[in-house]
Amino acid sequence: MKKINQKFWLGIIVALALYGIVQVLLTTGVLDDVQRSMLLLICVNVMLAVSLNLINGITGQFSIGHAGFMSVGAYTSAILTLDYDVPFILAILAGGILAAICGVLIGIPTLRLNGDYLAIATLGFGEIIRIILLNTEYVGGASGLSGIPAKSTWTIMFFFMLITVVLINNFIRSTHGRACLAIRENEIAAEAMGINTTLYKVIAFTLGALFAGMAGGLSAHTFYVITPGSFNFLKSFEILVMVVLGGLGSTAGSIVGAVFVTLLYTYLRDFPEWRMIIYSIVLILMMIFRPGGLLGSTKFSLKKLGKKEAKANGGISDSSAS
Amino acid sequence: MEYFIQQLINGISVGSIYALIALGYTMVYGIIKLINFAHGDVFMVGSFIGLFSARYLASAGLPPVLVLIISLIFSMTISALLGITIERFAYKPLRKSTRIAALITAIGVSFLLEYTGVLVLGPQAQGFPDILAKKQFQLFGTSIQVESNQVMILITTIILMIILQYIVRYTKTGKAMRAVSFDMEAARLMGINVDRTISATFAIGSALAAAAGVIFGMTYNSVDPLMGVMPGLKAFVAAVLGGIGSIPGALVGGLLLGTVETEISSLGYSSWRDGVAFAVLILILIFKPSGLFGKNVREKV
Repeated sequence: MKKINQKFWLGIIVALALYGIVQVLLTTGVLDDVQRSMLLLICVNVMLAVSLNLINGITGQFSIGHAGFMSVGAYTSAILTLDYDVPFILAILAGGILAAICGVLIGIPTLRLNGDYLAIATLGFGEIIRIILLNTEYVGGASGLSGIPAKSTWTIMFFFMLITVVLINNFIRSTHGRACLAIRENEIAAEAMGINTTLYKVIAFTLGALFAGMAGGLSAHTFYVITPGSFNFLKSFEILVMVVLGGLGSTAGSIVGAVFVTLLYTYLRDFPEWRMIIYSIVLILMMIFRPGGLLGSTKFSLKKLGKKEAKANGGISDSSAS
Repeated sequence: MEYFIQQLINGISVGSIYALIALGYTMVYGIIKLINFAHGDVFMVGSFIGLFSARYLASAGLPPVLVLIISLIFSMTISALLGITIERFAYKPLRKSTRIAALITAIGVSFLLEYTGVLVLGPQAQGFPDILAKKQFQLFGTSIQVESNQVMILITTIILMIILQYIVRYTKTGKAMRAVSFDMEAARLMGINVDRTISATFAIGSALAAAAGVIFGMTYNSVDPLMGVMPGLKAFVAAVLGGIGSIPGALVGGLLLGTVETEISSLGYSSWRDGVAFAVLILILIFKPSGLFGKNVREKV
C-alpha cells in the first residue's frame, strides 16, 4: 500500500512538473496558438476517453452515445455563462451534473440490456439528444450557440483533466471499481457473489456521463461555438477510437489514445476523409491483431503517463512505441 | 382520410426500402450474432453501382425496363461480392473473439466504406438518372395518387421476398443457413460447411441491400457516400422492431417504421422524424427486446 502511495505522489509531481513546463512554454510564446488549442483539445479528449473507458473498458458495458452526454454538458454550461452570468467553474460543474442526471435517467432503463442491444440503445439516446437540441429554438437550433466566452485556460483544463484521471483511477482501484471489473469479467458470476450489478452499472454510467459533461462544457468554452452537428455519432466514434486504440480497460491506454487521436486530428485537419479512413483501418486492424490495444491491460501509473505525455508534447507522435 | 391513405401509400414505399435493408441485418444477426454496421454502407455502394450502370446502359440506348433490370442485377451481384469480401477479411478472423470486438470492427468497416466513398466519389450528392418515366395514377377516382415508382418498388420488393423465401425454405443453402443459425457447432458436426453458409448469408443480405439502394436512388434521385448511415440505422431499428433474426419480422418492422415515419412527417414534425425512429427502438428494447416476432432466448450460464 505504501508503495502505491509513493507512486501516486510521484505521479502527481511528474504531472505538475509537466504542467509547469507547458505553462512556461506558453507564456514565453514558444508554443503558438495552434499548439495551444491542440493542448487544450488533448485535455478535453483525455477526459472523454478516460470517462468512456470507465463504462466500456472497466465495466464492460458497450456505450456508443458518449457525445450525447458531452453535448448536454456543453449546452448547459454555455447557456449558464451566456444568459445567466454564472461563474465559469460553477457552470462547468452544473453541466457535468446535468449530464450525470441524464446518465442516470438513460442508464436505469437501458442497462438491463446487454452487449449489442445496449450499444444500439445508447446510440439511439445520443441521437435523440442531438435531435432535441436541433429542434429547440432556445439553444439556436441547427446553427447552435455562438459567442461563448473563451474562458478555458491551460491551467483550468489541465487541472480538470488531472482531477478526472485521479478520481476515475481511484474509483477503479476502490471496492466499487473492483465490483465493476467483476461485472465485466462475468456478470452472472458477479451477481452470484452478491454484487448489485445494476447499481454498479448505473454508477459507472453516471460517473462517465459526469466527466463527459464537464469535458463538453470545457470544450464549449474553448472553441466559442457549439452546434448539435458537432456531437453526432462521429464524435462518439472518435472517442471510442481513442479508448480502443489504447486498450479497453486501461486508463493509461485511454490517455495515450486520446493524445494520439488529437495529434492525428490536428495534423490531418486538411484531409478529413483520410483521417476517417485511418481511424477505421486502425480500428479494424487493432481488433484483428491486437484486441487488447496498444498498451494491453497495462495498469495505470501516473509516472509512466508523465513520461508519455512529455514525449507527445515534445512533438513525437509515435506513441505506438510504448 | 384520403390524406391519411395517401401517406400510408408513401409510407409503404419508404418502408419497403427499410425492409429490404433490414433483412440483411436480421439474417446476419441470426447467423453470427453480429450487428453488421457496415450493412448501410453496402446499401450505399449498391446504389452507386446502380447509378453508374444505369447511366452507362441508358446512354447505350437500351429500353428503360431492361436498364432497370440489368443495373439491378449487376448492382446486386457486385454488392454480394463486396459482402463476402467484408465477411472474409474483417469478420471471419474475429469469429472466436468477443462480440464487442466484432462490433467495433463492424463500425470500422462502416466508416471505411463511407470515407473511401467520399475520397473516391467526392462528398457531394450525385443525381440519379430517371430510368422509368414518372407517371401518376389516380386511385379509384379519388384524389389518392400512386406514382409509377411506388408501384415499381412494391413489385421489386415482392419479387425479391418470394425469391428469398424460396431460397431460405427450399434450397440446400437455405436449409444450411437455418441449421447454422440454430446451432453452429451442431451444424458443423452434421457436415455443413459453416464458412460457406455464412458467406452465402452475407451475399444474400448484401444483394438485398443493393436492390434497396437502386430503388432508393430512383425514388429520391440523389445519392451520396454518406447516404447509408441513416437508412442503415433505421433499418436496424426495423429489424429490432420485428424481432431480430426473424425474416417476416424484418418485413413487417420495415413497413411499420416507414409508415410511422411518413405519418409523423405528414403531421408537420418532419424534423423529429429521425428521433421518433430511435424512440421506437428504445421503447421496443425496454419493453419487448425480442421484438414483435422474435423468440425469447434465455441466457445460458
